[in-house]
Amino acid sequence: MVIPAAPPTVNTAPDSQGPASESAVGTTESRAGSARTDAPARVPKRPSPFIVAAAGTVSLLGLLPLGYVIVTGILTGWPALSALIFRPRVGELLVNTIGLVLITVPLCVAIGVGAAWLVGRTSLPGAKVFAVLLAAPLAVPAFVNSYGWVSAVPSLHGLWSGVLIATLSYFPLVYLPCAAALRRLDPTVEEAAGSLGSGAWAVFFRVILPQLRLPILGGALLVGLHLLSEYGAFAMIRFDTFTTAIVEQYRSTFNGPAANALAGVLVLLCLVLLIGESGARGRSRYARIGSGVARVTPRRSLGAFTPVGYLFLGGLFVLAIGVPFSSVIRWLVQGGTDVWADAVVGQALLQTVGYGLAGAAVTCLLAFPIAFLAVRYPSRLSRGLESVNYLTSSLPGIVTALALVTVSIRFVQPLYQTTILVIVTYLMMFLPRALVNLRAGLAQVPVGLEEAARSLGKHPVAAFLSVTARFFVPSALAAGALVFLGIVTELTATLLLAPNGTRTLAIQFWSKVNDINYVGAAPYALLMIVLSLPVTYLLFARSRLTSVS
Amino acid sequence: MLLTRNWAMIAALGTATLLGATACASPDAASGPESSDTASATPSGSITVYNAQHEELTQAWADEFTQETGVTVVLRNGDDSELGNQLVQEGSASKADVFLTENSPAISLVDNADLLAPVDADTLAQVPEQFQPSTGTWTGIAARSTVFAYNPSLLGDAELPASLLDLADPAWKGRWAASPSGADFQAIVSALLELKGEKATSAWLAAMKDNAVVYKGNSTVMKAVNAGEIPGGVIYHYYWFGDQAGTGENSSTTKMHYFKNQDPGAFVSVSGGGVLKTSANPVAAQAFLAFVTGKSGQEILKTGTSFEYPVSAGVDANPALMPLSELEAPAIDPSHLNSTKVTELMTQAGFL
Repeated sequence: MVIPAAPPTVNTAPDSQGPASESAVGTTESRAGSARTDAPARVPKRPSPFIVAAAGTVSLLGLLPLGYVIVTGILTGWPALSALIFRPRVGELLVNTIGLVLITVPLCVAIGVGAAWLVGRTSLPGAKVFAVLLAAPLAVPAFVNSYGWVSAVPSLHGLWSGVLIATLSYFPLVYLPCAAALRRLDPTVEEAAGSLGSGAWAVFFRVILPQLRLPILGGALLVGLHLLSEYGAFAMIRFDTFTTAIVEQYRSTFNGPAANALAGVLVLLCLVLLIGESGARGRSRYARIGSGVARVTPRRSLGAFTPVGYLFLGGLFVLAIGVPFSSVIRWLVQGGTDVWADAVVGQALLQTVGYGLAGAAVTCLLAFPIAFLAVRYPSRLSRGLESVNYLTSSLPGIVTALALVTVSIRFVQPLYQTTILVIVTYLMMFLPRALVNLRAGLAQVPVGLEEAARSLGKHPVAAFLSVTARFFVPSALAAGALVFLGIVTELTATLLLAPNGTRTLAIQFWSKVNDINYVGAAPYALLMIVLSLPVTYLLFARSRLTSVS
Repeated sequence: MLLTRNWAMIAALGTATLLGATACASPDAASGPESSDTASATPSGSITVYNAQHEELTQAWADEFTQETGVTVVLRNGDDSELGNQLVQEGSASKADVFLTENSPAISLVDNADLLAPVDADTLAQVPEQFQPSTGTWTGIAARSTVFAYNPSLLGDAELPASLLDLADPAWKGRWAASPSGADFQAIVSALLELKGEKATSAWLAAMKDNAVVYKGNSTVMKAVNAGEIPGGVIYHYYWFGDQAGTGENSSTTKMHYFKNQDPGAFVSVSGGGVLKTSANPVAAQAFLAFVTGKSGQEILKTGTSFEYPVSAGVDANPALMPLSELEAPAIDPSHLNSTKVTELMTQAGFL
């Protein structure tokens, strides 16, 4: 995953995706008043100005790329800008990019929901194994997947190849949250529908599917944003989108006005997706309100359709994991030990891990004040701060990188081409990944425990560290892991901003692929997958955890 | 002088072989006797090279230069136009000491922004005049020839284009490929612009938009021609030789057609090298440029895997290549090639 995670990452706070069908909402709403509200516990104090300042600074920083696009647009002036925007090439790119989104997103939803239902609700033997296996494509960066496919089928190019590769890379973004939500659905609603005469299909489409609305929308938004910002996967199959065109303009002009004009259009497309998703969410409640613990839903036998189920899950796994893996292994075998002898392999591994760890630590640290304000002092301000960061991370890495290159050259030269600037970029791109996890973790800690510690004479900071911090360590680790995953496979921003002499795994991989040295690229592909696998598993495990709680 | 350089090289190669064979981790850098003939001061410390040349080639230069002088070389790899424009934007804040390009337009761009220091006279003396600009602020370091790579099973010898301009003919629709987003092809267009003017170039590009199939990278073009996806493509010569020297998997069924006859398609592109005015280590930077254009640097072009043409120090091309003198290239002053105008025309034509 090369890019940002937007608001609803695969393991967002569970509260928005609880069981209870839409049809049940009307009848339960009246009882909701008497049910326990989840109003945040109040700490009788205003937030420390230090925390507000920290959160504000990070969020202001987050506005920089958007500001850059707007300011350069104004400076370029409308006549020049319109000449750069209203031309046939931009039309081509628009058709390609929008076509890609319109075809790929529904495909990912269909495959993601179908796979989630098969592994979660049927008695297909081995369903539990498939449940893990189908999360694995997240460990294969899209540009590595593309490399694997191009190795196997060299003639791949254009829109449909883009759809194929993108669908196989991104369907888990829908699959994971849907699988988690399916496990939490209250079976009584489905049983009620069944007892009123609905058949299995009717239950699926009229009861189950509406309850999956939020995870589907969240997953679809993520898929859409990934599609808009992916560079490597599409460049390799000669499919031009806005992002590939911006990178090409960058390669021809560094940061000329044409690249900035294209970036402006791309930002607008991102905003359309974000607004569309939040509009489609609606105001219905999905939380289960009954007391006690929901029963586990019984699994359904597929009967004569069992082979079809296997064919679907097995085929998906072979296409999404089998093809790229076998290509990587084929090139590795062909390269033998020679390709590993290059000292750069070790250097790239160390630098990548170094960037990953530093970026994850800094991002979690700086995301904390925002998460803290959002949970403990919810207000218009804290919500505003939060959404600014979601917006920034939704922008493609190439836009953020262009903004930071230009701003640092012109105004903060000491930072230009330094590790600090790279880490700041990662912070801006991946902050929400940390934010949603820290927020969920903090929200689960009863504030009363901390207050009790204070009342027993502990200093507020000590009380926080010894009580609350200990509870949310797992969330913080998950937050860090997700940021790490993003950094390990980040290509475009790192290419633009890295200090001289830097070689990350993604940079080296890309340089080899550009020379059609597929053998030389294989070790870097393998190392990126190996670094991503544990994090992907963690992601999977956490999506199961939240479903139990 | 040359003798000591060669001894240094042999010693260096010997050390490298020994290190490789025994996997011994204590390099006893046998750099031989002092061999600097460029400046009065001894080069030392480290330099940063903005490198648009193929990474492997410059890495080979850098490694040997480090062996000889002890100067550390840090590479920032990128494309011609990207790094050229980047240097212009960075201006005096640049951390670069040396800029190496694949084609001359990018280094002209930096030169026009008045960012390059005069090249040492001794270095310029090594390079024939046709491979350096009149300004003396940069020098040619290597050269490459435009070729039309084609698949004989799809294109008979009689059907080959006589001129690059022929490819604008509707008969070529969907039958030739190029990599217009790359600096290589953009340099070829800049030669066309210099030879035929803006109007003819615009018209040719518009026809190309209809006719050509666009790939990303010259290697990819050659691979597609080789696989029979497309009859022919405009690339540089060394991609073919490089692949032949390796596995040949992307060129075995491909042949090369040289346009010759001073055609724009016979354009020989000069790769440039220059030292930045703002270099913090001008002594080592000038020494590096002297090394690259000197005998041992040029020998790497002759004997290595780059298959680019040497241009100086009297070093001949790799015997596998057609000699430079037989290419019948059009006479073009490399400093006249205009990358900004080309990018503009190609953006207008809808390639960028």
